[in-house]
Amino acid sequence: MNSKTLVYILKRIGLAILTVWVVITVTFFVMHAVPGGPFMSEKAVSPAAQAALEAKYGLDKPLIEQYFTYLKDIVTKFDFGPSLKQRGRQVIDVIRDGMRTSVKLGVIAAAGAAAAGIPLGAVAALRRNKLIDKVIMVITTAFVSMPSFIMGSLLLVLFAIRWALLPANGSTAQGLILPIITLALYPMAYITRLTRSSMLDVLGQDYIRTAKAKGVSGVKIIFGHALKNSLIPVITYFGPMLAYIVTGSLVVEQIFAVPGIGRAFVSSITNRDYPMVMGTTIILAVLIVVMNLVSDILYKVVDPRINLD
Amino acid sequence: MQKIFTMHVDVDAFLPATEEEKEYMVQMRPSSTFFKDGVKRLLKNRVATISLIIILLITLSSIFIPMFWPYSYDSMLGVRPGKPVDASYNNLAPFTYGKTELKMIDNGEKVFPHVFGTDASGRDYFVRVVYGTRISLAVGFFASIIVLIIGMTVGSIAGYCGGKVDLVIMRIVDIIYSLPDMLMVILLASVLKTTLGPALEGTALEKIGSNIISLFIVFGVLYWVSMSRLIRGQILSLREQEYVLASRAAGARGGWVIRKHLLPNCISVVIISTALQIPNAIFTESYLSFLGLGVNAPMPSLGSLASDALNGLSSYPSRLVIPAVVISLIVLSLNLFGDGLRDAFDPKLRT
Repeated sequence: MNSKTLVYILKRIGLAILTVWVVITVTFFVMHAVPGGPFMSEKAVSPAAQAALEAKYGLDKPLIEQYFTYLKDIVTKFDFGPSLKQRGRQVIDVIRDGMRTSVKLGVIAAAGAAAAGIPLGAVAALRRNKLIDKVIMVITTAFVSMPSFIMGSLLLVLFAIRWALLPANGSTAQGLILPIITLALYPMAYITRLTRSSMLDVLGQDYIRTAKAKGVSGVKIIFGHALKNSLIPVITYFGPMLAYIVTGSLVVEQIFAVPGIGRAFVSSITNRDYPMVMGTTIILAVLIVVMNLVSDILYKVVDPRINLD
Repeated sequence: MQKIFTMHVDVDAFLPATEEEKEYMVQMRPSSTFFKDGVKRLLKNRVATISLIIILLITLSSIFIPMFWPYSYDSMLGVRPGKPVDASYNNLAPFTYGKTELKMIDNGEKVFPHVFGTDASGRDYFVRVVYGTRISLAVGFFASIIVLIIGMTVGSIAGYCGGKVDLVIMRIVDIIYSLPDMLMVILLASVLKTTLGPALEGTALEKIGSNIISLFIVFGVLYWVSMSRLIRGQILSLREQEYVLASRAAGARGGWVIRKHLLPNCISVVIISTALQIPNAIFTESYLSFLGLGVNAPMPSLGSLASDALNGLSSYPSRLVIPAVVISLIVLSLNLFGDGLRDAFDPKLRT
């Protein structure tokens, strides 16, 4: 690693921290711009109780002071305050509970997408314009152009209701199979297409021809030379893939009733549980920003020729 | 003839051309412009042409069919003033009729068929799908126009001015680019729903609904960055061209140079990325509709139709499948057409 790469990495980390700060600030001020304040409830509360409630949550202080307290609590204590609708629980606890399921869901979906997408893409590239290539391309194109909630609903109708093969409720381990497939299909299709095009690019390079001319066996060329190099662009997709899985899980968890963070987030929006909305937005945003950072740095380290600026 | 002065012009060089010489000058075929060339390449691409035809068909039918269709998207057929609600109109299967309609048919009157049946409130589903397509397409189109205008303005200023202006703008672009867009969309949509809703009441914008406005706002705030990056890159290389120097030497100002010389030269990139932006916006809208942050009822969009269909999914799967197919068809053909445009108009990007 040369100094230029190091400077790039430091710059990138700085940008990531700045982004997280922007997310926190935007989230805070947007949420507090709601008329009536986030703690206004539909039920009639006596003015004294209202004042007591506001004092308890520090809402009687000026907005800017609230902002700095919020920021300080997050940075120093990782504290997002109490949830409004789930009385007596801290936002961070609710998030942690949801994360346990959602991370499982996301990681398996991502791993599955890569494990299926890379070989499929390689096969399509090696059998270019043959029947199998065309079949793979048609199917992946269909997957890429279908919103995840429609995909999920269709899978639900077919596998859980029509054929009753798998449970529709995602609260058990077996029930996670359908949501995982729903989440994995789009990234899988995308990785397949990405691998195919970059593999085709690599197969046309001079060093592949040289290897062939030297009499290196086909298997060795594919695995030793072609596949390894064609995976570099795929690395860049890891960040966006995570972002997709996070946002996709919002609807997928809703469809299959998975007790994850996505469902908690959506219900906190409909319940107007503002601290919960803020906390979840920030945590998920941090996750996405960090993942983008990792995939960018990895990309740069793997192939230092690439100039990302 | 003898040359006396060296300054003398050689008269032979100015003789009229012979017929034979004129033959060489005949144009074998008219010269082609960049645009004509691109269109020709585009029409040769069969996939892109078919996609274009599909897009045009869907767009035209979504505009014109509701005009002459006998049913409207929000009229509940079972509800007649002064009479109890006729539940026989709810959840009709395709090409079946409600009670009063059956009576009319028995009397020999003609009743327009419900091609896709009706929904749970007895509304003709076909016209709802068509109308929803119109809304989704309009949302996609206007969102991309907003992105185009903001991205083009900021990108060309950054590219043309360079230096400190460029640096500041590009840092802002970097930050916005790394924001998780979907989360911000949801956040803004959920907040704007409560703040914008009352403010819009009574205005012409009320019908569109606060959610769609917030979608436009979010697109305007977040999605212009990739467009502006693209245009900045183009302008950076174009502004070093001689014709820009010539124009400036002739006294042209910045705005003039950008409008007259730089932007027309990156128009192909602009058109292509706008075309690819539309499916993105349609996707986002359907996603928001699913989360209950989409268009206001009773107005349908493809996303809200699909998410409404989830309630009666096991009994009436066709109500989900129809909008799903339309969304996929629109997104797919727009993507394929965008790819075709890129291949035809931007030889540099061709792979």
